[in-house]
Amino acid sequence: MARLSGYRDHRFFRPVLLALGLFLAGALFTAGKAAAESMESKALVISADKATLIKEGKEIFARGCSSCHGLNAEGAGAAPSLIGVGSASVDFQVGTGRMPMADMSQQAVRKPPVYDEYETAALAEYVASLAPGPKALTNEEIAWERDGNAASGGTLFRNNCAMCHNLAGQGGALTRGKYAPTLMGVEARHIYEAMITGPQAMPVFGDKVITPAEKLDIIKWIKEVESEPSLGGATLGRVGPVTEGLLAWTLGLGALIGVAVWLTSKAR
Amino acid sequence: MSLQPIQDPGLPTHVHRKADTDPKAAKRAEQQVALLFLTSALGTILFIFSYVGIPQDQLIFLPILGTTNSHQLFLGLGLAISLFFIGMGAVHWAKTLMPDHEVVDVRREQRSKDEDRAAFVATIKEQGATAGLGRRTLIKRTLGLSLGLAGLSPLLLLRDCSAELPGDELGQTNWRAGTRLLTDPGDRPIKPGDLEVGAVAQVLPLLPAGRKRTLNDIAKDALLLIRIRPEEFNLDAERLSWTYQGIIAFSKICSHMGCAVALYEQSTKHLLCPCHQSTFDVTRAAKVIFGPAARSLPQLPISVDSEGYLVASAPFNEAVGPSYWERDSE
Repeated sequence: MARLSGYRDHRFFRPVLLALGLFLAGALFTAGKAAAESMESKALVISADKATLIKEGKEIFARGCSSCHGLNAEGAGAAPSLIGVGSASVDFQVGTGRMPMADMSQQAVRKPPVYDEYETAALAEYVASLAPGPKALTNEEIAWERDGNAASGGTLFRNNCAMCHNLAGQGGALTRGKYAPTLMGVEARHIYEAMITGPQAMPVFGDKVITPAEKLDIIKWIKEVESEPSLGGATLGRVGPVTEGLLAWTLGLGALIGVAVWLTSKAR
Repeated sequence: MSLQPIQDPGLPTHVHRKADTDPKAAKRAEQQVALLFLTSALGTILFIFSYVGIPQDQLIFLPILGTTNSHQLFLGLGLAISLFFIGMGAVHWAKTLMPDHEVVDVRREQRSKDEDRAAFVATIKEQGATAGLGRRTLIKRTLGLSLGLAGLSPLLLLRDCSAELPGDELGQTNWRAGTRLLTDPGDRPIKPGDLEVGAVAQVLPLLPAGRKRTLNDIAKDALLLIRIRPEEFNLDAERLSWTYQGIIAFSKICSHMGCAVALYEQSTKHLLCPCHQSTFDVTRAAKVIFGPAARSLPQLPISVDSEGYLVASAPFNEAVGPSYWERDSE
C-alpha cells in the first residue's frame, strides 16, 4: 500500500488516473445500457376462448385499472375513458409496461410489463368488448420481414416520424418533460399498434394516411436501423450533432490543448 | 508617491538544459527523437498494410467503440501515427538538442533611405519621358479608353452573379382553390373519413398534369393536416369556416426560420418546431404560445370537392415561411 501510494507523486499519476476514470465511466454506462435493452417479452399461445378471456379481463381490470379508469372504464380526471380505444391500445399500453402507470407524471414510461401475455390479452379482450376499436395484432400477423420495404419505409419515416422520434429512431424531447421514446428494441406489433392508436402525445396514423403495407415498410426500416452495424465505430447515441460536438469539444480540443502545452513548454 | 518608470528587466538568465551539459542526457534525447521517428515509420507501414492487407469489409470489435470497420480504422490510425510522430520527433529534437540561445534582432527602420527614394522617382520620370506618353496624346487617350472599358466587363459579370429576382414568387404556393390534398409520400387523395380524431397527415398539393414536383415546391407547399373534435376549436367564424368537420390544415413551414413544424402533440393539441421550440396552438389557428416565432402558421382554407376528396378552397391568404423584406409582416 505504501509502495502504491508512492506513485501519487509520479508526473503521470494524474493523467493516468483521469484516463482510468473516463474508461470506467464509459464501461459502466455501456453495461447499464445493455442491461436496460434486454427486456423483451416472450410470446405465449393464448388458448382460452373469448368469453373466458373477457370475464377474466374484467376481473383484472376491476383489480388493477378501475381505481383510475373507473369501474366501467368510463374514465375519471386525468385517466381517459377506455370505451372504444380497442384492444390494440391495451396491448400497446399494458404490453410495453406503460400501464399501469407508476406515478402521475408527464408521461407513462416504458418499463417491464406488470401483466403477463395472457393477462394482457384478457384485458385487451375485455376493453374491446366495451365498444369497437382498433384491433390488437400478434407478431405473426405483421410480416414485416417478408413484406416490408426498407427504402420506402425510410421515406415514410422521414416524413411522418423523424421529427419526434429522431432521424435514426432514437427518440427526442417534446414540450414540458414529455418525450418521444426510442424505437430501438420495440416489438413490431407495438410499433404497429402505436401508429393506429396514437398513444399519449403521439397522433394517430390511420390506415388511409399510412396504409398497412406502408406501416410494414416503416417497421422494416426501424428494424434495419436497429440491426445495422455502425461502420464508423461508436454511434454516440445517434442523436446527431449534440454528442458529436460534445466529444469534439472535450476530447478533441482537450488533446489539442495538451499538444499545445507540450509544444510550448521548455525542455529541462 | 510619484510614478516611477518600470525598469527594463532585460533578458532572463539563460538556463542550460540537461542535454547541454550532460553528454549522457544528450545521448538519451537523441535516442528519444529516433524512437519517435521510428514510431512514425511503423505508422506508415501500418497504413500501407491496412491498404493492401485488410479487406475493405472486415469488421472488428473494440471496447467502447463497438463494432467498426477495421480497414478504415487502421488506415486512419496508421496515417495519424505516421504524421503525428514526425512532428513530435522534430519538436522534441528542437526542444532538447538544437541550440536554444536567445537571439536579439533589433528592429530596423522601415523607411527607405532618402537617396534610394529620389533615385526611384528619377527613374520613373525618365522612363515616362522615353516612352513619350506626354507627346503622343493619341496613344495616351486610346490606352485610357481601352483600360477603362476593360474595367467595365467584370462589373457586367458581377451583375449576373445574382439570380433573377424572385418577384412575388415567395408569396405564392401551388395551392389554388380546388387543389386536391395528396398524402406525402404516396400521392393519394384524402377523404375526410380517412382521418380519425387525433390523426395527422403530411400533405402536398396535386400539381397540374405534366408539372413535376421539385424540392422548391415541397419547401413551400408542405402542409400538415390535423383532425380534432370540432368543439375543441377556439376560432372566429371566418377561420372556423376554413376547417372541415374538425380537420384543419396549416403550412408546415415555421414562420420563424422555415423549419418543418411537424411535432404534433395529440394530447395538448400543440405543434412544436424542432429547431427553436416555437410552439403553436392548433385549437387557436396555430397561434404562437411559446418560442421565437412571431406569426401564426398560415392556415389553408379546406373543403371537399364533388367526389368527396379534400381540396383547398382558396390559396393561402399570406406568404408561408419566415419573414423577408418585401412581405407584410404585421
